[in-house]
Parts: sequence; C-alpha cells; structure tokens
Amino acid sequence: MGYPIEMQESIRKLEATRAFRLQQEIPRLTPEEKTRLLEQCHPDFRPDGMRPVRVGPNKGQRMQNELVDLLEAYSRIDPDRVDLSRIDYDVDVLVVGGGGGGATAALIAHENGARVLLTTKLRLGDANTMMAEGGIAAATQPNDSPYLHFLDTIGGGRFQNKRELVWALVHDAPLIVEWLKDLGAMFDTHPNGDLVVSFAGGHCRRRVHSCKDLSGMEFMRVIRDELWNRRVEVLEFSPAVELLLDERGRCAGAILMNLETREHIIVRAKAVILATGGIGRLHPNKFPTTNHYGATADGLVIAYRAGARLLHMDAIQYHPTGAAWPEQMLGQLITEALRGNGAQLVNVHGERFINELETRDVTSSAIIREVRDRKNGVRTPTGMEGVWLDTPLIDIRGGEGKLDRMFAGIVHRFREYGIDVHKEPILVFPTQHYQNGGIEIDPEGRTDIPGLFAAGEVAGGVQGRNRLGGNSLVDIFVFGRRAGQAAALFAREGPSPGKLTLEHVRRYHRELAAEGIEKGRVSPLLLPDYTRPEVKERRYS
Amino acid sequence: MGESLIPIYIMGKRYEVPEGLTIMKALEWAGYQLIRGCGCRGGFCGACATVYRVPGNFRIQVGLACQTPVTPHMTLMQLPYFPVNKAIYDLDKVGSPLETLLQLYPEAARCLGCNTCTSVCPQKLQPMYYVAAALRGDFARAAELSFDCIMCGLCAARCPAQLVPYNIAIFVRRYYSKHMRPKPQHLKDRVAEIRAGLHDQALAGIAAASEEELKKLYLKREFEKL
Ligand SMILES: Cc1cc2nc3c(=O)[nH]c(=O)nc-3n(C[C@H](O)[C@H](O)[C@H](O)COP(=O)(O)OP(=O)(O)OC[C@H]3O[C@@H](n4cnc5c(N)ncnc54)[C@H](O)[C@@H]3O)c2cc1C
Ligand code: SF4
Ligand code: SF4
Ligand code: FES
Repeated sequence: MGYPIEMQESIRKLEATRAFRLQQEIPRLTPEEKTRLLEQCHPDFRPDGMRPVRVGPNKGQRMQNELVDLLEAYSRIDPDRVDLSRIDYDVDVLVVGGGGGGATAALIAHENGARVLLTTKLRLGDANTMMAEGGIAAATQPNDSPYLHFLDTIGGGRFQNKRELVWALVHDAPLIVEWLKDLGAMFDTHPNGDLVVSFAGGHCRRRVHSCKDLSGMEFMRVIRDELWNRRVEVLEFSPAVELLLDERGRCAGAILMNLETREHIIVRAKAVILATGGIGRLHPNKFPTTNHYGATADGLVIAYRAGARLLHMDAIQYHPTGAAWPEQMLGQLITEALRGNGAQLVNVHGERFINELETRDVTSSAIIREVRDRKNGVRTPTGMEGVWLDTPLIDIRGGEGKLDRMFAGIVHRFREYGIDVHKEPILVFPTQHYQNGGIEIDPEGRTDIPGLFAAGEVAGGVQGRNRLGGNSLVDIFVFGRRAGQAAALFAREGPSPGKLTLEHVRRYHRELAAEGIEKGRVSPLLLPDYTRPEVKERRYS
Repeated sequence: MGESLIPIYIMGKRYEVPEGLTIMKALEWAGYQLIRGCGCRGGFCGACATVYRVPGNFRIQVGLACQTPVTPHMTLMQLPYFPVNKAIYDLDKVGSPLETLLQLYPEAARCLGCNTCTSVCPQKLQPMYYVAAALRGDFARAAELSFDCIMCGLCAARCPAQLVPYNIAIFVRRYYSKHMRPKPQHLKDRVAEIRAGLHDQALAGIAAASEEELKKLYLKREFEKL
C-alpha cells in the first residue's frame, strides 16, 4: 500500500530540507506565546466542547460534554430492587480496575496482609498500561534529581498540580524503578548495565526509562504474573457499576456486573481502591483516541455519584502524534520517544514549525494551528490532514539500527501497511490520550470519602492541567503502591463497615430529577458502542 | 478504505462489510458489540486472537482481529481465551536457571521442534527458538527472542506437545532480568540517597515556594543537550 503519489510529493520536499533541519535550532516558546497558542488552538478552549455539570459535588463547573452526559445520568441499577443482604464477597480491600494502578495496589495490599479481591472490566491487563510505549520517568541519573523532576512536572502541569502529590511522585519514582527491576522487568541498559534514559517533552533531563517500545506491556506482564504467583483473587469481565456506602457515609464495597450474564455481584469491603483509568473512549470533542476499549470514565462516574470531588476535568490531553495514515491506524499512538530521540515535526512544505520537545499541550496546539489556521497540512485520500514526523532522522542521528533497536513495534506496525519508517516519515495529528484530572486524592490515595481510595489515571491533581511523557507510568505505580498500603492499613485499623446502603444513589437521582433531567440515559457506560445507526435502529428498543 | 462491500462469515452468519476494515471493525460494523476478544485495539494486549479460513485454502489461519484486514469470503471465529498452565513460583527463591525451569515446566523438555508455534505467531516471533534457547540455559537469548510476545495464546493453542511457550518465556525473562543482570550502580545510589532522606529538604523547599518563584525557577532550568 504505502503512501499515495500526492503525499509522496510532500515527502520529497521534506527530504530536501533535511540537511538544513539537522542544523536548525528552534527556540522554545515564552510563557506568553504558549498561553496565546493554547487559547487559540487547544481543543480545551473550544467554546462548545464543554458545559457546566448541573448536579453533584462539582456542580457548576465546566467539563467535557461527553463526561457531563454520563454524570447527568441515572444509575444502571434500581436501588430499590437490590438485595444488599445477599453478599457475594466479603473482603478487606476491593480493587476496581486491572491496569497497572489496580494490579499494583492489589499486590501491595496483599503484601500488607489484606484479603484482596481485584475486579476488572475486561481481562486482567487489558488496560492503557499495556499500551504505554515510551517509558517511565524517574530521576535515577547522576545529573538529575527529584528536585528537577518536581520543577518539570509542576511547570508542565501549568503550576496547578497539587504539590504534595508531585512531591510524592518524584520522591518515590526511583524507588519504583528499583521495584520494577526487582520484579524482573527488563529495562533497556547500556553495555555496562546502566539504565538507558530518553527525553520526553517538558523534561529538562533525559529521564524516561524504557523496555524497548513496549514499556507498559513489560511492566503490566510482570506485575500480572506476580499477582498470579501470589494467588490474589481476580474477577474478570465484572465491572463495578456502583459503589456501596454504609450509613455513616463510608465506602464499604461495590456492586459489580457480570458482563455476560448481566447478574450483579455484591462485594462488601472495608476499603475500596478505584483504578479504572481514563476517558478516551468517550471521544472528547470527537477526537480519535489512543486508549484501550474500556476507557469509559466509569470510575469517575461512580465516585462522583458517591460524593467524591473531581479535579481538573476540563483539562484533556491530546497527544501531538497520533497516526493519521493509514486509516486502519487512525488515532493510534506514535510514541513521543521518537521526538525525544530526534524525529522532527515537518509541514507539507518540508518546514519545521515548533520545537519538538515542548510540552504536549503546546505541541498539539502548534500542529492544529499548522493544519487548520495556516493550511500547511498534508492531506490524505480519506480527507484526514496531518503533519510529518521525520522518523528517518533517528537512524541518521543515532546510527543505523537505532530505530530497529528502540522502536521495533513501530517499524513492525507500519511495515504491515507498506511503509518503511527507516526511509519514510509518518503522518500524524493530535489524538485524545490522557485524562489530566480525576478524583481528588491526597498523597496516600485517599479521597473525600472515608474508605475510598483512588490511584492512577482515574485520580487527579498529580499531573495538573497537562501531563509530561513518562509521568503517568510512574504515577500509577507510586500511587497504586501508596493506596494499596493505606487501604490495607485502613481495613485493619479503621472501624468496621456498618450496614450497606445505596442511599447516595437515591439522593443523586432526586438531584437529577430536581434539575429536570429525564430518565433515559444511564451510566457508567462500561463499553463504547461502535455499531452503526442502521444496526441500532433495527434493535427496536 | 474502499467503498465496495465484500461478503464474510462471522461465526456462521453471512455479512457484507466494507473492504479494508480490520476483522475487529468488521465485527462492529456488522453489529456486534464486543465483550470478549477486544482490549487495546492496537496489537498490544493479545485479547483478540481470531481463527479464520479463506476459500481455496484448507489451512486454519489465525491472527489478531485488530490487526488483520478482512478478505472476501473469510470465515471467522473469535478464540475464547482458554485456561493454560501457569506455574506458581517465588522469584526470590529460585535455584539454577535450567533446573528451575524444568521443575516449573517439565513439559518444556517435550518440545517436538515442529515449529507450529512459529507459523502462527502474529508478532512474527519464533517461540520454538526461544523455548530451545531456554532449554539450553541461554536465558539471555530466550529473553531477547521472546520480548515482543503479547501473550495472545495462539502458540499454546496450536502446540501439539501442550507447551505454553509464552508462560515459559515470562518466567525466563523475569529470572534473567532479576538474577542474571546486575542492578545498575546509579540506581542503587539514588535509591540509597532517597531512603536516607537526602532529597527531602530540597523537595520541601520547592514545594513551599510561591508560584512566582516556581515560575522563575522553571524558566531558568538548563536543558541537557539532545
Ligand atoms: C497508547 C498509550 C501509550 C502510553 N504511553 C505512556 C508512556 O510511555 N509513559 C507513560 O508514563 N504513560 C503512558 N501512557 C499513559 C499510561 O499508560 C496510562 O495513563 C496508565 O497506564 C493508566 O494506568 P491505570 O492503571 O490508571 O489505568 P489503565 O491501565 O487504563 O487500567 C484501567 C483498568 O480499569 C478497568 N476498568 C475500567 N472501568 C472499570 C469498571 N467499571 N470496573 C472494573 N474495572 C474497570 C479497565 O478495564 C482497565 O483494566 C500511555 C497511554 C496510552 C493509551
Ligand atoms: S509467542 Fe505465542 S503468545 Fe507470544 S505473541 Fe507469539 S503466538 Fe502469541
Ligand atoms: S509448537 Fe510446541 S512442540 Fe512445536 S516447536 Fe512450538 S513449542 Fe515445540
Ligand atoms: S485488541 Fe489488543 S491485540 Fe487486538
């Protein structure tokens, strides 16, 4: 297949400017220039993309329309029909979500003596964590420090991160790298055994540790294997659809649904850890997404209904480089590590237009400006537009073989479509990638609701309004571990849960009704529906 | 993507779907809302192993639904993910590499060298070779050869000797990485510093700085050279 003729013409221009670009330095933007660019071009600033939510703890705050739709919806279950005396599982700690955050929390809670149940929507490990390519940020190098990591993270988050969370993040990061290495994760190393580190946008040091371009998969595989070794109990295909509180407002379990039989499962737990990940499959602003199939914001919805506050839910991350061609790969992530290793962003005329190591929000905005406002995009036969990511530069700069060594996954995936990324660039356009905000937590992963903990992408405050590359993998392990520990302790030393109730759901329903919101829409979503309207229509329901 | 429709058979039923779709998108186009058999949608998680046949070929073919395009008259079925043998072990308490491997997975020694596993692997790995390397005690080689395994299960599904190559591989990689590769000195040093509290003061200082100060410090950062 490969690139059609029209696109190849632009590739010739890109090749003609390559020698010049190798010498070219593009200065970083000033804070004023950045602000202007974001306001002009970042999707978060589109006037019609968000609206204020009418109910719940964040009432009146603007959030993505697609999320507000789910927050302004009724429960999937009728609280009056549930028999809460029929308890199926009685455990110390219930972990909801089988990605890196949840698996870590379960492992650590178990290590701390808790009886743990982990429940997850798909298979254990079918999660965003599995897909992370670039790697994990941590200040492990002699020229680096947690202090610098702190500064980069908080500046990247536009200074709105919760500082005590950033502190915990950068402080624990090197400990996490050691922990993963001890679990048998195979990090990239130099011949002398030192860890290989790469740049990611917004970091002032090379500090992203990788396992080829399958870092998340490697961590997830290893932690999952360890969970199996410890025989931690796991329920698959059983998403949580509602939290349970007790009469004093403490979190005391959850209602799960067996996805296949549609039966509900009642779990009583002394502490619950939510680690349900992100929001990508809601397709904010109709963008494509890099996220896995189950990223439908369920954790946000059920925590919100139970009364937990959300933070920064008006800040969505669009990754600058999602695949824009071939169509089959639309929206899939083209890792930032390519830019970190010298691949450049180039427009239809073969010109660079932004320093490639700016933060993601700024880089995405610059690509959108280049394509939409300046009309310098490269058009595909399917009407998509994007800019080039000049991947051949990686071998040119780093020596032949570097692409194969570090980016075998990308090489392989494009080869399937007749594109040789050693010789040809990749067409890219921003794609929804990460939920910067989430449920507000403290450094131990505690939420506003006693007994309810959150960790990973579902939690908010760590990353501020924009996350740096490599900072999410470290986030899920740091806070997964802290939440696992804190929840086990809470389960051991806290008061026992009282009588289970769904009163909070009834209250929420009354709030919805008072706002005139009609029944009809239910949440959490659980799975996106990609069937066509023609098919849906004939379901006659 | 071509506009022309082609016939395919999904679990026995005939559908007309646009040419060029992946099997996964064709299933959804036909009206299936996937529960099993769908995860990352990008070739990472191994959830979507699919068995299919095309006319004129007697062979069963296999692939990932999220990566394989549909072709005319393809007959397909998604593979339920089935139970396989996974040894339970304590990574801290293992003996010599080869001995431990054979204790955990004695069936590994029964590998027939038939290479069926290699012919089905959607990642184009060669499970037979990584199993062989592991059986030679060459864990470094086995780890390297198996690194891209997405644990989709296809090799185990077809192995006539009932091996589970991917579970053998993950044990080998973890063992190799933990016990045969040294822990880097710079990591040990940094971890020791952190445990001794050497970075606490700097962090406390910066966490207490005013926003204005932070912004100044942020702008003054010096970047390591690319
Ligand atoms: C393609 C891609 C590449 C990335 N690359 C990097 C990178 O290089 N470096 C980096 O730092 N970050 C990266 N990220 C971000 C990072 O991988 C994720 O933010 C992080 O892994 C999230 O982990 P998590 O455990 O919070 O959520 P996830 O890993 O998404 O896990 C969430 C889990 O919860 C389950 N779940 C959802 N709803 C329910 C429910 N109702 N009940 C029960 N279970 C439920 C899901 O099925 C899933 O198992 C990347 C993300 C993507 C998508
Ligand atoms: S080695 Fe086996 S489990 Fe791994 S990707 Fe290949 S076929 Fe799938
Ligand atoms: S299919 Fe089984 S028996 Fe045949 S080579 Fe592979 S592992 Fe050995
Ligand atoms: S859905 Fe993950 S490999 Fe296909």
